[in-house]
Amino acid sequence: MEDFFQHVINGVSLGSIYALIALGYTMVYGILQLINFAHSDVYMVGAFAAYYSAQFLGISEAPGISTLVILLASAMIGCSLLGLMIERFAYRPLRKAPKLNILITAIGVSLFLEYTAQVIFGADPKVFPTVLKDSVIVELGGVQIKSLDVAVLAITLLMMLALNFLIYRTKIGKAMRAVSTNVVVASLMGVNTDRIIAFTFIVGSSLAGVGSVLVGMKYPKIDPLMGMMIGLKAFVAAVLGGIGSIGGAVLGAMIMGLSEEMVVGYLSSTYRDALAFGILIVILIFRPSGLLGKNTVEKV
Amino acid sequence: MSQPILEVKDLHVYYGAIHALKGLNFVVQPGEIVSLIGANGAGKTTTLRAISGIVESTGDILLQGQSLKTVKSYQRVSLGLAQSPEGRGVFPQMSVLENLEMGAYSRSDRSEIQKDIQMCFELFPRLQERIKQSAGTMSGGEQQMLAISRALMSRPKLLLLDEPSLGLAPRIVSQIFEIIKKVNSQGVTILLVEQNARMALKVSNRAYVIETGEVTLEGRGQDLLNDDNVRRSYLGV
Ligand SMILES: Nc1ncnc2c1ncn2[C@@H]1O[C@H](COP(=O)(O)OP(=O)(O)OP(=O)(O)O)[C@@H](O)[C@H]1O
Ligand SMILES: [Mg+2]
Repeated sequence: MEDFFQHVINGVSLGSIYALIALGYTMVYGILQLINFAHSDVYMVGAFAAYYSAQFLGISEAPGISTLVILLASAMIGCSLLGLMIERFAYRPLRKAPKLNILITAIGVSLFLEYTAQVIFGADPKVFPTVLKDSVIVELGGVQIKSLDVAVLAITLLMMLALNFLIYRTKIGKAMRAVSTNVVVASLMGVNTDRIIAFTFIVGSSLAGVGSVLVGMKYPKIDPLMGMMIGLKAFVAAVLGGIGSIGGAVLGAMIMGLSEEMVVGYLSSTYRDALAFGILIVILIFRPSGLLGKNTVEKV
Repeated sequence: MSQPILEVKDLHVYYGAIHALKGLNFVVQPGEIVSLIGANGAGKTTTLRAISGIVESTGDILLQGQSLKTVKSYQRVSLGLAQSPEGRGVFPQMSVLENLEMGAYSRSDRSEIQKDIQMCFELFPRLQERIKQSAGTMSGGEQQMLAISRALMSRPKLLLLDEPSLGLAPRIVSQIFEIIKKVNSQGVTILLVEQNARMALKVSNRAYVIETGEVTLEGRGQDLLNDDNVRRSYLGV
């Protein structure tokens, strides 16, 4: 039983990280009907942005809240800039091109980033800075709640609340929803749709940046291909929840995180990655629109 | 004569190989209600889309004497142009209130926006009853009221209406036309596209008949109502 609770805690923690990345896929899909394959590499660049900032500032071995904040900010800024550039130079020129061309471009951008990163950062893994001390905060009958898991959960929750506020309570959020529902009508309302699309990339990319720091914090080894598997899982989470749906992405990510943790805990860690593909195949067969992916769901 | 609020000069639009507008010319004077009438596929919607800048066109479109050639579609709203598009185009997942706020997107004068929302509710009390309802669940007539109100929320000088009576019960149709006259009497110039040619011509100062992308006839609304060709082709008599 204690085992089970421990797995739930770990699973939710993993799910939160998937959620942060899945949101970027789902938001860009909602607004452009494009699967942004480069998103997982934006996430990877976030980890390196944090890594190099820490090096530069000499805080690689200075765990604490201020380090956490600085690294989050560096990753978010790095990811935003990259996301913005990808949108501006790869996707915007193809706005009126057939969907397939854009999709292939997305794959191209992804490969370009992965291999450029190997040239610039080197292919060897690097050790991510120590962001927070990992200590057991509470122990309840054998179940350990660790500071890192609490941090992951708290930061994710904060991000979700901020995102929710942005999308449902602000003018720009309303414009994002409008553009994702109907670009043409949105521009008839006076919305500069290119600007809103760029902004959506900024938001999605920053969330991936937050995810990259949280992952680096828990599994402190980063390399230029680190985005591939986690990006794929986050993408499956977005599809599972119903791509385009914000709530769906979070739900899908939690399911993915929990089931992965259970599989590892009770079956074998060999199946860890197979699970994602299994889930993808099952959804595509039985419910291609995903759990919340009906037309009634708000998409951005 | 005063400067026209809208001048359309030699307007051409292509959809791939389809030549949808073939050199359209017309003008709208300030304060007028002008209708475009024509058969299905004549190019009426395309004309409004070109004026709003959501399809590419050649030729020229002048709004109060200013060429819109280099003005992006979203910038045209702050110049005083608004459109209620064909098929209404309300944002289905947004509430009535949010749709109206979207209409005021180009403005930032909050208290005035609140007043204009109240004004829309006076025009269409039904909308006030449904303020929180998501637009997608409203009836066709209610959505039409919302689409017109939303277009008014930008305080346009020129309002483009694409088939505001489409699919509505006769009683609602007359109500919509009453509102069009009322809005016009408050100083908004209106360019109206209608299948319901009889109603449209009745409320219009002038009208243009469009056939396969060209203006074939123009005249005062009343005169066209009595024109034999118009009566046969568009009024079904
Ligand atoms: N997106 C498009 N792609 C290709 N052809 C189009 C497109 N939109 C319109 N057309 C064509 O352009 C012509 C004019 O269409 P338009 O929608 O302007 O007609 P309309 O006068 O508004 O007709 P209706 O009364 O049926 O609404 C038609 O032949 C139509 O098939
Ligand atoms: Mg039409």
